[in-house]
Amino acid sequence: MDQAAAKSISMGANGLEALISVLEADGYDVWGARERDGALVLGPIASIDDLPRGRIEQAEGGSVRLVEGPRDAFFDHTLPMQSAKRLVYPAEERLFVTGEDLLIEETPVETRPIAVIGVRPCDLAAMETLTTVFESGPFRDTRFRQRREALLLIAVNCMRPASTCFCASMNTGPRAEAGFDLALDELLEDGRHLFVVSAGSARGQEILDRLDGEAASKEDLQAARDGSRACAEAQTRRMAEGAEQLLKRSYDHPHWAEVAERCLSCTNCTMVCPTCFCGTVEDRSSLDGSEAERWRRWDSCFTLDFSYLHGGSVRKETASRYRQWITHKLAHWHDQFGSSGCVGCGRCIGWCPVGIDLTAEVAALAANDSSSGQQGEERR
Amino acid sequence: MNAIGQLDRSPLQIDSGMLPRPFVVRSRREEMSDCVTLELAALDGEPLAFEAGQFTMLYVHGVGEVAISISGDPAVSDSLIHTIRAVGAVSQALCGLSEGDRVGVRGPLGNSWPLERAVGKHLMIVAGGLGLAPVRPIIYWALANRDRLKSIDIVYGTRAPDQILFAPQLLGLSTTDGLRVGMTVDLADQDWRGQVGVVTDLIPSMLREPAETVAMVCGPEIMMRFTGQALAAAGVPAEEIFLSMERNMKCGIGWCGHCQLGPHLICRDGPVFPYPAVRDLMSVWEL
Amino acid sequence: MTDGNIKSMPDILAEHPLFAGLDKEITDLLGGCAGNAHFAAGTYLFKAEEPADIFYLVRSGDVALELSMPGRGKLVVDTVRPGHAVGASWILPPYRWRFDARAVGDVRATGIDAACLRKKCDDDPSMGYQVLKRFLPVVAGRLQSTRLRLLDLYAPPADVGRAL
Repeated sequence: MDQAAAKSISMGANGLEALISVLEADGYDVWGARERDGALVLGPIASIDDLPRGRIEQAEGGSVRLVEGPRDAFFDHTLPMQSAKRLVYPAEERLFVTGEDLLIEETPVETRPIAVIGVRPCDLAAMETLTTVFESGPFRDTRFRQRREALLLIAVNCMRPASTCFCASMNTGPRAEAGFDLALDELLEDGRHLFVVSAGSARGQEILDRLDGEAASKEDLQAARDGSRACAEAQTRRMAEGAEQLLKRSYDHPHWAEVAERCLSCTNCTMVCPTCFCGTVEDRSSLDGSEAERWRRWDSCFTLDFSYLHGGSVRKETASRYRQWITHKLAHWHDQFGSSGCVGCGRCIGWCPVGIDLTAEVAALAANDSSSGQQGEERR
Repeated sequence: MNAIGQLDRSPLQIDSGMLPRPFVVRSRREEMSDCVTLELAALDGEPLAFEAGQFTMLYVHGVGEVAISISGDPAVSDSLIHTIRAVGAVSQALCGLSEGDRVGVRGPLGNSWPLERAVGKHLMIVAGGLGLAPVRPIIYWALANRDRLKSIDIVYGTRAPDQILFAPQLLGLSTTDGLRVGMTVDLADQDWRGQVGVVTDLIPSMLREPAETVAMVCGPEIMMRFTGQALAAAGVPAEEIFLSMERNMKCGIGWCGHCQLGPHLICRDGPVFPYPAVRDLMSVWEL
Repeated sequence: MTDGNIKSMPDILAEHPLFAGLDKEITDLLGGCAGNAHFAAGTYLFKAEEPADIFYLVRSGDVALELSMPGRGKLVVDTVRPGHAVGASWILPPYRWRFDARAVGDVRATGIDAACLRKKCDDDPSMGYQVLKRFLPVVAGRLQSTRLRLLDLYAPPADVGRAL
C-alpha cells in the first residue's frame, strides 16, 4: 500500500499488458476498441496485441476510415463505432416469459464483470447521462443498475481529436475528471512511451496499487494535462453556444425542411449515439400461443412507428423527426434530465450516411435565427 | 407544482417497473359499438390503489401492452375499471376478453388530477368523446366531496347521440343548482333534444364565477386546445386549467422516450399538465 | 305569456347579451323594430328559403337549426341557446333563410323586423356599424365551431379522414 498515497503513477508502456493481467486475474473480461472490417468496434481483447496500435481514424461527415497514424501509440485513435452503452443497455433483451396464466417469470440479468479499457471522456459523460435517465425518475431500472455495477471503466484521456470531435465545447472532455475507475494518459515523446495512471474509485485504487510504477512526476502530470489542452485546442468542430434556447425557438424554422431533403431517416445517428436511450417493447409468442415473451429493444425517433398514436403517427415528416432528435438531444434533455443529451463524441456525424452534422445544423439555424439570443434576453 | 410548472411527481419507487401483475376480468360491459369497460381484480386479491387521472399499462398475453386511463372510482381499490376503445391490435384484444380472462397490469402510473385545488371553488369538468373515461374518477370524487365544492359542472361533447359514453350514468346524475351537465353533439337527428355544436360553445354560459373555477379537461388534443382557449378567454385563470395529454407510450415509466411532447415525458411528468405548460406546444407542427 | 308586460322593448333588448351595453339611443331605435315572440316546442321559427324578414334573439329555450337530407331525414346542425341570435341571413341579400329553425322546447324570443332594422342601419351608418359589430362575433363564432366540427374530433380512428 506504499503507493496508496500516490494518486497517480507512471508506468512503462508494457505496464498496459500487466494491467490486463491484473484485470483478468480479478475475473474481468477485458474489452476495448479493436479493428474489424476497417472500423473500430468495442469487443473483448485477449492482449495488447488486439489493440489498434498506431492506427487513427480519419473521420468526416459520412465517413470513418482507419489509417496509419504518425506514431506508435496505443490510443491515438478515438472512438469505437458504439460506446459501452450496449453493455449496460443491450440492443435487445428478454424481460420475461409467461404462460396464459400471466404468472410472469422475469428473465434474470446475466452479467459478467467487464473491464473496458480506453473509455473516452465523452463516453464516460454519456454513461453518467444514461444513469440519470434510468435512475432519476419515479422508477429505477434495476437491469441497468446490475449491468452498470459489473463494469469497470478504464478511461483514456484523448491526446488527439478526430475531426468529428467537439467534446471541448460540450464540456465533457477531452480530459476525464470523474466517472472512471482508472484513467490513463499515454505519453509518447523524446523516446519515452509511458502511461500516467490515476484512480477515480476505490476499486480503481485497489487495482492501481498492484501495478508496477512510480509516483507520477510533476513533469509527467504536466505533460498529460498539456496533451489534453492541445487536444481540446485541435478540435475543429464546436457546438454553438446557446443551442438549447435556439432550438426551443426554432420549432417552425424553414431549415428543418432543408435537412429533411438530405436525411434518410436511417436511424444510424441514434444507433451510434452513446446517450440515445429510446426503446420499445415487443411481444413474441410460441406457435401454439401458449407461451409469450416480452422483449425490450432499442428504438429510434427516426422511425414512423415511433410516434404512432391510434389513427396515425404524430411525426410523419422526416423534418419533424430530425427536429425531434436534435431538439431532444440539445434542448429538451435539459428539461427532462438536467443536462444536455449530447456529449460531443461526433459519432452521429461520421456514421451518418449522408454526413449530416448536428453542429453545422445548429449553426445554420443560428444564422437564420428570427430572434437572436440577445433580443430574446431583452424580451424576457 | 415545481418551478417549471409541472405537477409534483409521485414518490420514487425502486422497482424495475417493467413486470405486469396478473389480473382477472371480473366483468365486461359494452359501452358503444367499439368500446368496452372492463372491471379487473388482482389475482392475488391485493387491492390496487390509484388516484384520479392515473393510467395503467394493460398487457394481453402474447399480443402486447397499451396505456389506458383508469376510469373507476378512486375510493374503490379492489376493482380496477378501464374503458377501452378498440383501435389497435392490443385494444382490440382487450375489448375481446371475456369474464375470467387474464390481463397483465403495470401501474398505476403517472400523476393525477389536482383535485384538492378545486376545494372551495367551482369545479368544471370538460370532456370530449372518449375523454369522459379519464375524467370519470373526478366525477366520483366530486360527488363524494360535493359539500367541499362550490359547484360541479360537467360539459361533454361527443360525435352523435349514440356516442355518449356512460350515457345512463351521465343522464342519471340528478342535476341541481350545484350540479349541472351540459352535453352537445356534432350532429344529430330530430330525436335529440340536447344541444348540437362544439363543446367550447357551452363553456361561457356554464361558467359561474370564472375566476373562482378550476377546470379539468380531457379529450382529443385539438378539442383540449380550443377548450383551454375558451376557458381562459372566459376568465378562468390559465394555471387553474388542467389537461390530460396523450402520446404513444411503450414503457409508461420514463425510459422509452416515446411519449415526449417537447420538454415533457408525458408518462413521467403527466399525463395531467397545467394548461400553461402545454399551451404553446399543442400548436407546434408534428411535435 | 306575462314576461315583458312591465318592461319596455328597448329595455328587453338592452338586457339581451347580444345588445347589452349599446347606447340607449340605439336600443331605443332598435326597439321600434322589435316585438315579442313565443314558439311552442316543435314549431318552426322559420324555414329555409323563406324571406329573412324577422330574426330572433332567444331569451329562453333552445332553437335547432336543421336541414333535410334525402335518406337521412332531418339533421340538426347547430343549436342556438338563450342569449344568442337565430339567423344572420337577414344582413345580406338575397335575405333568405338557409336552414329551418325549430323550437326544441318552449321558446321565448324577441323578433326583430329585418327590413326595418336594415333601413335604420342604412339611414344611420354609425348605428349600423354598432349593430354589425354585435353580429360579427355571432357569425365568426359559428364559423369557428363549424371548422372544429369539420375535423370530426371524436371519430373512431378507422373513420378519420373518411369525409375527405
